Amino acid sequence: MEGRNWKAWLYLLPAIAFLGVFMVYPLVDVFVYSFEEGYNSASQSFFGVGGYNYSYVLHDPYFLQAVKNTFILVIITVPVSTGIALLISLGLNSIKPLRELYQTVYFLPYVTNTLAVGLVFMILFKKTAYSDGLVNLLINAFGGQSVDFIDGPYWAKMFVMCFYTVWVVMPFKILILTSALASVPQDYYNAAKIDGTSRFRIFTRITLPMISPMIFYLVITGFIGAFKAYSDEVALFGTDLNAAGMNTIVGYVYDMLYGDSGGYPSYASAAALILFAIVLTITVINLTISRRSSN
Amino acid sequence: MKVVLQNLTKKFPSISKKGEDVIAVNDFSFEIPDGKLIGLLGPSGCGKSTTLNLICGLEMPTSGHIFFGDDDVTRLPPENRGVGLVFQNYALYPHLTVRQNILFPLENLKGKDKLSKEEMNKKADEAAHLVQIEALMDRKPREMSGGQQQRVAIARALVKMPRVLLLDEPLSNLDARLRLQTREEIRRIQRQTGITTIFVTHDQEEAMSISDSIVVMKDGVVQQIGQPQAVYDSPVNLFVAEFLGTPPINVFTGEVKGGKLLLDGTAVLDVPGAPDGEVYAAVRPEGFRLDENGPFVCSLRQVEVMGRDTSIVFDHPSRHSANLRAIIPSEERPKGSPETVRFALKPFKVFLFDRKTQERVPFETEG
Repeated sequence: MEGRNWKAWLYLLPAIAFLGVFMVYPLVDVFVYSFEEGYNSASQSFFGVGGYNYSYVLHDPYFLQAVKNTFILVIITVPVSTGIALLISLGLNSIKPLRELYQTVYFLPYVTNTLAVGLVFMILFKKTAYSDGLVNLLINAFGGQSVDFIDGPYWAKMFVMCFYTVWVVMPFKILILTSALASVPQDYYNAAKIDGTSRFRIFTRITLPMISPMIFYLVITGFIGAFKAYSDEVALFGTDLNAAGMNTIVGYVYDMLYGDSGGYPSYASAAALILFAIVLTITVINLTISRRSSN
Repeated sequence: MKVVLQNLTKKFPSISKKGEDVIAVNDFSFEIPDGKLIGLLGPSGCGKSTTLNLICGLEMPTSGHIFFGDDDVTRLPPENRGVGLVFQNYALYPHLTVRQNILFPLENLKGKDKLSKEEMNKKADEAAHLVQIEALMDRKPREMSGGQQQRVAIARALVKMPRVLLLDEPLSNLDARLRLQTREEIRRIQRQTGITTIFVTHDQEEAMSISDSIVVMKDGVVQQIGQPQAVYDSPVNLFVAEFLGTPPINVFTGEVKGGKLLLDGTAVLDVPGAPDGEVYAAVRPEGFRLDENGPFVCSLRQVEVMGRDTSIVFDHPSRHSANLRAIIPSEERPKGSPETVRFALKPFKVFLFDRKTQERVPFETEG
């Protein structure tokens, strides 16, 4: 028995070594940093140990703005993107001609560079002294006033951010949902048809329950992904997100480490751990709901 | 409810653009009397499932008509036909309990047909009682055996009291013992409810054992319709003869000359009234009688004693089917040389078929 145990550990060693060095150690380190007050990365020294870093971060208006932005983003984009993806998948599933073409078209955003897409969105939504983007031209055509979506009011910027996020995350969800829909056996639909089930009832009583594991999977990963949003915001609003008022929690962590006002690994660590706590809580809630509803 | 199929034809467009249409069902006419159990029988791809789909309305026929009683239901959508269909893999909704599954068709009723909760539950209980699954009402399909799921599927199909009950390969997913038990069960439920029932199967034993009538199909064309024993005893062509019966019928290439059947040049049986010509001679396994002086001399391969019967595997130069096998009562044993076995043939177990058309060539038998 003991000899066998020894061998098992030996086989696990490469994985444990890598995970230890690149995952466990940094995680522990972040935890430690977050409690070291006044840590200076140049001299590797700190004043004391305590909760000051958390207190600072939680009182930092930039952080609170970032939390607010992130939550708005999560709450709007996850349901909206999942819902639209479901509608599009249902549509794709019910047409025959050109289905593959549409699937490819819908999948394109997934393989497109985020920054390039951000640039396109900037051009679409821009408003400068000389020329307006396509969106503003449309608004003008309907008799409205041009809005500066990139550098203007908060709601306009938030709208672009949500729009962009939904657009970027949708392809993957459509991909998953179309395959989930295609995997529901035709016999269930035939059985329902013979029993005279209305289309709405077929959808709510058969289709939806059958693909619900996939929907939960998408919602959970969607929440986690949206909480970790950062690069999309940079693509739209540039690197100084605090000035734009469009920062996210991950963006705040990055700024605290490397930004113009950066060099504070302790604050960054504290913010990262707060984000971790939020994501963990939401995921646990999600999983609990999904378990309860599947039983 | 009487079911009438009138010149029913279903063509499917060919998959490639240039190819010809696939004719799944070709000019099928049949009248199923009220309250009977009918078996649609044939090898896979013979159009029996398509026929079932036409009757329940999942497919629309290319031409022809379907009547339930006096109603022409040919163009009616499935939900307005009043049919119950039991799928081959049962198609029970996995996320619903047995009760919810059985209630499902009732909950779809609208308008004046709408039932109260109590009425629905009462009907569901009645259906469950009929198939004897009352104790399982709160289980999910995955928590039940195949046979139990089958019963639930039948209960779900019966709960609306359909005019016609359709079963698609109802026993193919069950193990051998359960299959025997379930087919009795299907017979009992059908008798008890009196609902005209049509079931599809590729297993001839299944069809023969419980049907009032069987319909043998091949390549979309009906070959023969009749009571199981009548079809077995008097097949119209070689296909039907070969398809019915286990072990399968023994086929020889032979010749009729002067009212005698010649196999490999030897006269083995008098076939008065049969015209001269080349034939296939088909003999049921039980059509052989051991006879030391019998005219039919064969080389003995193997003797298998199987309790009630003895099965003799043998060979003959004029053999056409893959194997030759005779079934005799186990009291009898081939005597004499260990290499040869001699038989006499029972005339009413021998069928002659024209070598070209494969149609039956009748001859006179006594008694």
